[in-house]
Amino acid sequence: MTSTASVRIKKHRPEPAVSAPASARSSFARTPRTFYWMVVPAVVIFFGLHTVPVLSGMFFSLTNYAGYGTWDFVGLSNYVNLFQDDRVLNSYGFTFGFAIVSTVLVNVIALAIALGLNSKIKFQAAFRGVFFIPYVLAILIIGYVFNYLFANSFPAIFTAIGMPGLATNLLASPDFAWVGIVITTVWQAAAFNVILYLAGLQTISADLYEAASIDGASGWRRFRSITFPLIGAYFTINMVLSFKSFLQVFDQIVALTAGGPGTSTESIALVIFRGGFQGGEYGYQMANAVIYLFVIIIVSFVQLRFLQRREASFS
Amino acid sequence: MTDTLTTPTASPTPTPNLQDAGIAKPRTRRRIDGGNGGTNWWLTALIAVCSLTVLIPLYFTVVTALKTPDQLGGTGFELPTSIRWENFADAYELTNFPRALLNTALITVGAVFLTLLTNSLVAYAIARNMHKKFFKGLYFYFLAAIFVPFPIIMLPVVKETAVLGIDTPVGLILLYTVYGLSFNIFIFVAYINSIPVELEEAARLDGASTWTVFWKVIFPLLSPMNATVGILTCVWAWNDFLLPLVVLSDPSAQTLPLAQFIFQGQFNTNYPVAFASYLMALAPLLVVYVIAQKWVVSGVTRGSVK
Repeated sequence: MTSTASVRIKKHRPEPAVSAPASARSSFARTPRTFYWMVVPAVVIFFGLHTVPVLSGMFFSLTNYAGYGTWDFVGLSNYVNLFQDDRVLNSYGFTFGFAIVSTVLVNVIALAIALGLNSKIKFQAAFRGVFFIPYVLAILIIGYVFNYLFANSFPAIFTAIGMPGLATNLLASPDFAWVGIVITTVWQAAAFNVILYLAGLQTISADLYEAASIDGASGWRRFRSITFPLIGAYFTINMVLSFKSFLQVFDQIVALTAGGPGTSTESIALVIFRGGFQGGEYGYQMANAVIYLFVIIIVSFVQLRFLQRREASFS
Repeated sequence: MTDTLTTPTASPTPTPNLQDAGIAKPRTRRRIDGGNGGTNWWLTALIAVCSLTVLIPLYFTVVTALKTPDQLGGTGFELPTSIRWENFADAYELTNFPRALLNTALITVGAVFLTLLTNSLVAYAIARNMHKKFFKGLYFYFLAAIFVPFPIIMLPVVKETAVLGIDTPVGLILLYTVYGLSFNIFIFVAYINSIPVELEEAARLDGASTWTVFWKVIFPLLSPMNATVGILTCVWAWNDFLLPLVVLSDPSAQTLPLAQFIFQGQFNTNYPVAFASYLMALAPLLVVYVIAQKWVVSGVTRGSVK
């Protein structure tokens, strides 16, 4: 890597050799301004397309704006109403339950698969290739496929094997539709985490395992005392990233249940989307989104603090 | 140099990773394997069974896309008795597939290019001036945005893009570039910090401007990270549903996932056509993945190993 770079520099060297001192001085004088030119356009556009929407959202959360027409300031009444709105509270309950279950399952399954793929198995490369496939597939479309599986194929299979009690559409049940959403999510999301865990496992030297097996450490013991502590950083980052992305769940719900039956599987993002775009609740849903922002920030920091402390105590 | 050493091992070993090459030469490794009983066949079988959970839904998608509607009864896992290729033609017409494919491809390619060119540049300026308050502040400003969930931006940005007239594929390219900035700066800055400053100073002494230094010295050195960021951006932009759903106002600008959503009603209960449509929407990225698999996996992996 460094060798290619030095070759490039050498190529440059001959041309301005004569005027080197003068141009060097001028380039150093010019440097700061060039660096500012490199970032200023990006900052302006970023501010315009990211920060301005956030700020304007916070502003409209204090109004009764419907998304069109006129509006008035209503103070904090949107925020007060949010805490009495069953639909909103229900969406927080569903979203958190879904995110916790999915995060745990995705990480346990992904870590198990990564451990398997990292050990002495045949056709390692081929299996890796297979397990990573879901990463490149759109979760919305996967949702449509699983929707059909839950609605038609699984009931038919349960009937065929003589268990008609289970031969119902999982997604049509207000109590268990979330299970179908979790299954679909885990199927798609595990792939990315497998990649990250595998990357972590490959940083562990084989010598450590050899030493441990000479000492007579069992498989589980080796995992607990060597593998897990050494991939602690990967565990932390995977937990935080997957939990944060699952809290924003939207696509697979649209494809699987559309929030139903009733409103039993409406996520926070779906409620904001529907209320804001279709329900004339722009200001109200912006208040919801502001609460949601603070919830995500708090959860992320708590998670980071907690997991990093645990990580440190292992090493 | 590792290649020559690893080729003797007949098994389809994955990309020769550094660890194998550095720690144990393949020969000795093979002997150790032999001593321990070599390949773990039980584990291989277990992994094979697990991999079926990935393959079965894909198999199901393919067979369903090939059936006639009257073959749909039962579990749906049966092979088609007669193949109806017209499902693909129907889906092609119904969802205006070429239009959606072109839109998705343009948005994805545009987003990847603009992201690579701009995000690395911003990261470079920040990484090399971290000691200055302004740039350090910017770094944390961009980083903080990682914690901002999209739903809070969603409603206002729709108004904004409509007012600015960028509720178009071009606007989407811009939005992907801007919204990816936070995470990309995070990885780029970490990587640029590992590149010695001496390289640039040498070039600068030769009279190269900061721009030249970036494009001629730094940017080529970033190629591993460019691959990582490029892959992540590509998969994100290609499969994203929510942003095109809320931003794009012109129906002819539909992307592939958006087309699947919009045509749900029109598939009615003609599931084979619907599945043919899903398969056509999933296929392009799947084909790219199969061809460039090693590259994709190592690219994503690199992003996580700081």
